[in-house]
Amino acid sequence: MLEFTLRRITGTIPVLLGILFVAFTVLYLIPGNPALTVAGPRADQETIDRISKEMGLDKPVHARFFSYASRVCQGNLGESVVSGKPVLESIAEKFPYTIKLALIAMLFSVVIGVITGIIGAVTNGRWLDRLCTFFSVTGISIPVFLSGLIFLYVFAVKLRWFPTSGFRGGDSLWPFILPAFTLGIRSAAFLARIVRSSLIEVLNQDFIRTARAKGLKPMRILLRHGLVNALIPVVTVIGLDLSSYLNGSVIVETIFDLPGIGRFAMDAILKRDYPVIQGVVLFGAFIFIMVNLFIDLLYAYINPKIRDEMMRKSEK
Amino acid sequence: MNSALKRMTWAGWISLAGLFAIVLVAIFAPWLAPNNPLETDPLRRLAKPEGFLLGCDQLGQCVFSRLIYGTRLSLGIGFAARFSALIIGLMVGMLAGYFGGWLDWALMRVVDMFLAFPSLLLAIAVSMVLGNGIGTVIMALAIVGWAEMARIIRSATLELRSAEFIVAARTLGSGHLRIILTHILPNCMPLITVIFTMGLATAVLAEASLSFLGLGVDPSLPTWGGMVASGKDYMMREPMLVVYPGLCIAFLVIVLNILGDELRDIFDPSRKGQF
Repeated sequence: MLEFTLRRITGTIPVLLGILFVAFTVLYLIPGNPALTVAGPRADQETIDRISKEMGLDKPVHARFFSYASRVCQGNLGESVVSGKPVLESIAEKFPYTIKLALIAMLFSVVIGVITGIIGAVTNGRWLDRLCTFFSVTGISIPVFLSGLIFLYVFAVKLRWFPTSGFRGGDSLWPFILPAFTLGIRSAAFLARIVRSSLIEVLNQDFIRTARAKGLKPMRILLRHGLVNALIPVVTVIGLDLSSYLNGSVIVETIFDLPGIGRFAMDAILKRDYPVIQGVVLFGAFIFIMVNLFIDLLYAYINPKIRDEMMRKSEK
Repeated sequence: MNSALKRMTWAGWISLAGLFAIVLVAIFAPWLAPNNPLETDPLRRLAKPEGFLLGCDQLGQCVFSRLIYGTRLSLGIGFAARFSALIIGLMVGMLAGYFGGWLDWALMRVVDMFLAFPSLLLAIAVSMVLGNGIGTVIMALAIVGWAEMARIIRSATLELRSAEFIVAARTLGSGHLRIILTHILPNCMPLITVIFTMGLATAVLAEASLSFLGLGVDPSLPTWGGMVASGKDYMMREPMLVVYPGLCIAFLVIVLNILGDELRDIFDPSRKGQF
């Protein structure tokens, strides 16, 4: 286990360095002089030169990359060009909203997805299964912004169950429900497919037949013997979904006016606030890698069979 | 291929017909559209005059004609983006899978890296570097999409590499390039068709999302995502401005997803219900 843990952690280091490199390159390649943006349109050449020197823009590319990398490793993601606030500080301020949104969305996704998947697997091939499959294909295909706008129109504008916009802080969960549902329904559809296929596979195995032959109750077979074994791929999907939540949050937070990371990124994009965009992209990738690392380790800890498999895979 | 088509279910046929219809609409857009999609008229704002099937948007442009022309952009951009992604994915995946060793290791770390980025944000960042335009959106979506394809193609190549007919070809003295092109590539074709169809669905959705956020192609051009974005400000008065283009996107993506599922079940029944 220790060897596996070490190996898995060292495996992420090149990837982390790589994302740093990509994030740096993107900012480096953006046309226009960043010093010009900071100095403003009416600055004279002298000021611009001074600012580019302060920002280290006169140094060669590799020196700039190393100073950038060491800065990021110390937890400094730079400052917003617009507000002058440190990017990491703003991220720390907005992240709780996105996490809350993602967790509620995940709850929706797991409950709806697993139940739909079970129904599909149990009624395999019959009309109820077809209905569930249709639901999941539709759920995957409808763009988040469309379902978000429709939910907003129906539930907030017409039925007035939810606030339309203007998130007013506080600890209330109510304003999160609609955006989380929008975000969750898509991954629920995805999850339903995975649960269905993996449950069908498990239910066809010998130990399920043995359990049936022993005369166990069907519900017990389904849940204790079937579902528990079918959940392994499900956990991976839930982990991978975190990345899709971050993508979705850009759109959902814009539509529902939630002050989270996605909205923060969108505002920065509209204002061409490059350090913020870079910081958020980097942060998103970092979170994704860490979550995957955590899930892999958790897996390997719970199930030694998977650990051996992963070891063999990495040697291949 | 003929026997494959025989195994297609009715859902597959319907979605194939749907896709065919969309492609026809895209090709014959100038003949099908009753009005000029770019012609604005303040007098027609949000009105429903004679000859405008679905009414007019906030600029007085014909919604129906814009939807028809939107087919071209959505399908065209999605296709071009996926095709470029496929080319990169094929090269990287086959190189990594066929040669293995340190090359495989290095290429797969690059793939991991690209998979780690939140795809929408990466696409946005890339399109900021490259500036506005259709080519930019295509590039941005290709950069975001190639890694997944490379990974799938690599594992398929890896499986084929040790197959007996490949060993036989090598024993007969075939060069690496020849083996890759005449033995491995044709055997990957079914898989490529499947991931291309499914990837097309993702690309169409991603293009629509970019356009919705105002970061896709020029907003005056008729794209479905852009139409939803401009319609949303008038949603309280005219919700259909959002619903029509939204349904077009959903229809195209549903058709592609069902077709992808169907093709996968036909070509590789053992993977039923996966990816």
